[in-house]
Amino acid sequence: MDLNYTPEQEAFRQEVRQFLQDNLPDDIRERVQKRLRFTKDMIVRWQQILYKQGWGASTWPKEFGGPGWSEVEQLIFEEECALAGAPRQLDFGLRMVAPVIMKFGNQEQKDKHLPGIVSGDVWWSQGYSEPGSGSDLASLRTTAERDGDYYIVNGQKTWTTLGQHGDWIFCLVRTNKDVKAQEGISFLLIDMKTPGIDVKPIIMLDGEHEINDVFFENVKVPVENLVGEEDKGWTYAKYLLGHERTGLANVGQWKAMMRRLKEIAREEQDDGHAIIENPRFRDRLAQLDAELRALELTVLRVLTNATGPGPEASILKIRGTEIGQRLFELAMEATGQDALAHIPDALEPDYNGPMVGGMNAVPAAGDYFNMRKLSIFGGSNEIQRNIISKLVLGL
Amino acid sequence: MNFELTEEQQMLQDSLRRFLANEYTFEKRREIIESGKGTDAGIWNALAEMGLLAFTFPEDYNGLGGNGIDTMLVMESFGRALVTEPYLATVVLAGGLVRDAGSDAQKQAILPAIASGEKLMALATYEHGARYNLAHINTVAKGDGSDYVLNGSKTAVIHGGQANQLIVSARTSGDARSEDGITLFLVDADASGVTVTDFATHDGFRTAEVTLKDVKVGADAIIGEANQGLPALEKAIDQGIAALCAEAVGAMDAMTEATLEYTQTRKQFGVPISKFQVLQHRMADMFIHAQQGRSMAILAADSADSDDREARREAISQAKLLIGQGTREVGQAGVQLHGGMGVTDEMWAAHIFKRLTLINLLFGDADYHLGKVSDALLQKIA
Ligand SMILES: Cc1cc2nc3c(=O)[nH]c(=O)nc-3n(C[C@H](O)[C@H](O)[C@H](O)COP(=O)(O)OP(=O)(O)OC[C@H]3O[C@@H](n4cnc5c(N)ncnc54)[C@H](O)[C@@H]3O)c2cc1C
Ligand SMILES: Cc1cc2nc3c(=O)[nH]c(=O)nc-3n(C[C@H](O)[C@H](O)[C@H](O)COP(=O)(O)OP(=O)(O)OC[C@H]3O[C@@H](n4cnc5c(N)ncnc54)[C@H](O)[C@@H]3O)c2cc1C
Repeated sequence: MDLNYTPEQEAFRQEVRQFLQDNLPDDIRERVQKRLRFTKDMIVRWQQILYKQGWGASTWPKEFGGPGWSEVEQLIFEEECALAGAPRQLDFGLRMVAPVIMKFGNQEQKDKHLPGIVSGDVWWSQGYSEPGSGSDLASLRTTAERDGDYYIVNGQKTWTTLGQHGDWIFCLVRTNKDVKAQEGISFLLIDMKTPGIDVKPIIMLDGEHEINDVFFENVKVPVENLVGEEDKGWTYAKYLLGHERTGLANVGQWKAMMRRLKEIAREEQDDGHAIIENPRFRDRLAQLDAELRALELTVLRVLTNATGPGPEASILKIRGTEIGQRLFELAMEATGQDALAHIPDALEPDYNGPMVGGMNAVPAAGDYFNMRKLSIFGGSNEIQRNIISKLVLGL
Repeated sequence: MNFELTEEQQMLQDSLRRFLANEYTFEKRREIIESGKGTDAGIWNALAEMGLLAFTFPEDYNGLGGNGIDTMLVMESFGRALVTEPYLATVVLAGGLVRDAGSDAQKQAILPAIASGEKLMALATYEHGARYNLAHINTVAKGDGSDYVLNGSKTAVIHGGQANQLIVSARTSGDARSEDGITLFLVDADASGVTVTDFATHDGFRTAEVTLKDVKVGADAIIGEANQGLPALEKAIDQGIAALCAEAVGAMDAMTEATLEYTQTRKQFGVPISKFQVLQHRMADMFIHAQQGRSMAILAADSADSDDREARREAISQAKLLIGQGTREVGQAGVQLHGGMGVTDEMWAAHIFKRLTLINLLFGDADYHLGKVSDALLQKIA
């Protein structure tokens, strides 16, 4: 046992840190660290900068244009990016559809789609959930009927994160109604500019536009956009769900937020003292700090033993999301009654109108509200506990 | 011991709930919030006609002579419907303060005007950096002949932007955190030197930041005794907390009901999701929190009128502690059980969650009140 990083890993960390210092644009860092409104531009610009360095797809193997890093190196990279105030790269292309294309796609699909993902030129969205199919994803009803060289897609996807910017969307669609639900699903890549696709905003409880409904009416999708075999989509989707282990835990992001929270705790005032001096608040912070450390070590344990992705992903998802939610909750509580005011315009960097308290309060309540999503999406935490019960504990 | 409502109280609650169910719909509420006005003349006048704006004022001043329990009934009904009208600010906080500490002339001038619906008021007392300590006041009032000149700034002035008149706490002697030397003043919102900046809150209410620059008021603007304003201020805030507790109980009930309804309708895996035991237990816990909260809201309402400071403060803090924790548990569970729908602006549950969250932050969160009872306990047994 040795809980230390190797000298090579430490050197790698330094290299990443230096790169971030030299290349992360200030305006992007500011938006991230002040928790201002997220923009398409900041994601795309940052992706392009990483791409130029050859680091655009930290999790990809070399043969597809990735840097070929080990999983621990990937984790170090993510952590340094988060600590420096870089925005989280979009998962949908890099970590969701790309691994599926790499493993199950054909050569044309690899050539056509992978370069645009890593360069930041193509924005991908995830089209799994439907109004009637959330936790019970396999019940999905969006259909794709074969008509010559095309599939004709009809139905509705929902909760599509950042689908308003989407160029392409990967969808699970029903191609066979006569078999068990899981056996009639296919994995389709769809150009969102195709006629018949309509994207409508869903406003979240924080008042922001982050998710969408996507409607499909007689959308013609060329058959070459089918990944793998028809009716095998569920297998690919499950591969994808189990593929991403570290991302679920979000350790890097939460470490950055923890650092920020400790600053907030020094900045926010409690009756003439910093709120960090309040033992009740400090206890909660200390508790969370310990939990985050446990999460990090659990992630490293999972990464460094060679077993394939399995149900341990559920532990990371549950603990990662609970810790994340708590971080934002404490960040809100630290600002007390300053968090009451809702000033959406103050989420833009050029805002200079009236505020209540300082910048810590501006995103405080909205972020807390928004982060309730963490325990709902990506397989709700109830579903994750069901998975542990069934697959780990054998119940 | 008797936890029953009187027949009158029951009737009042029934008719208020009926009124709100019919007139204060989700859509109507959204319209009112989006208007940015912070109050709706139609709704406010209807509340006046029902006598609710005068409920707890003495009969001599056009009131109905009600007590804390009556306020509880009103606020609980408001909590169920998430009413965003300036009732807490005008009637409970400012009206209550004038009723309990004002001179006869002040009561004459103010209470009937609130009762009729013409006058809106707000309490401007919290200051930045003080967090929840009511004695931490840096705003100063300097004597100038028989007048006073006020300078300073106030935060978390609920419905301050809608008020015609403010009650402002200011320091007339002592240092920033001393309990003596605080004086309460009536200040017209449009008086020279008063700046009120109105903000929306996340839960559809309004709050304001108030700055006072050389604001001149006469000695007749003082409520109660000069330098001895803190006890009256504390009592008003305690009544406000009791009212918030009742509101929270109404909102917790509404969340529990909305969640029961949603989970019995929403199907996944071929069954209503209410069939999953883990969700059933979560709803059972929501119910427990709401019931525990109800007990404590009754305690708070019953204690709020008391002048036994120590006993009142203990009861109020115990109530706000448990109800604050309840708002969190019930709010988070309600959202979680609605799945993705729970985090959308479209859903009632999301709006209840936001109000519950902000109720915890108002006038001391659960941690703050835990600190209060914890310190008091040490004093008592040490
Ligand atoms: C902000 C946000 C972004 C999203 N982005 C995307 C996206 O980009 N693409 C996409 O495809 N999807 C996305 N989703 C959808 C997300 O994956 C679903 O919300 C999630 O799968 C839950 O489904 P549901 O919302 O229909 O809730 P439901 O499945 O209806 O669940 C409601 C409640 O019931 C519980 N429940 C359900 N089944 C069981 C069970 N068997 N046992 C115990 N409890 C159960 C759930 O845990 C939850 O508490 C997003 C969701 C959100 C909130
Ligand atoms: C100190 C003590 C004194 C007692 N005194 C008396 C007495 O005087 N007279 C008498 O008649 N009995 C008495 N009991 C027995 C007591 O009522 C039983 O222990 C109790 O009913 C639980 O039954 P069990 O011990 O068989 O546990 P089980 O019923 O086997 O339960 C084991 C666990 O499974 C859980 N569980 C069971 N069913 C469900 C379900 N449907 N859903 C979810 N969870 C479930 C339980 O909550 C528990 O955690 C006593 C028990 C104790 C410990």
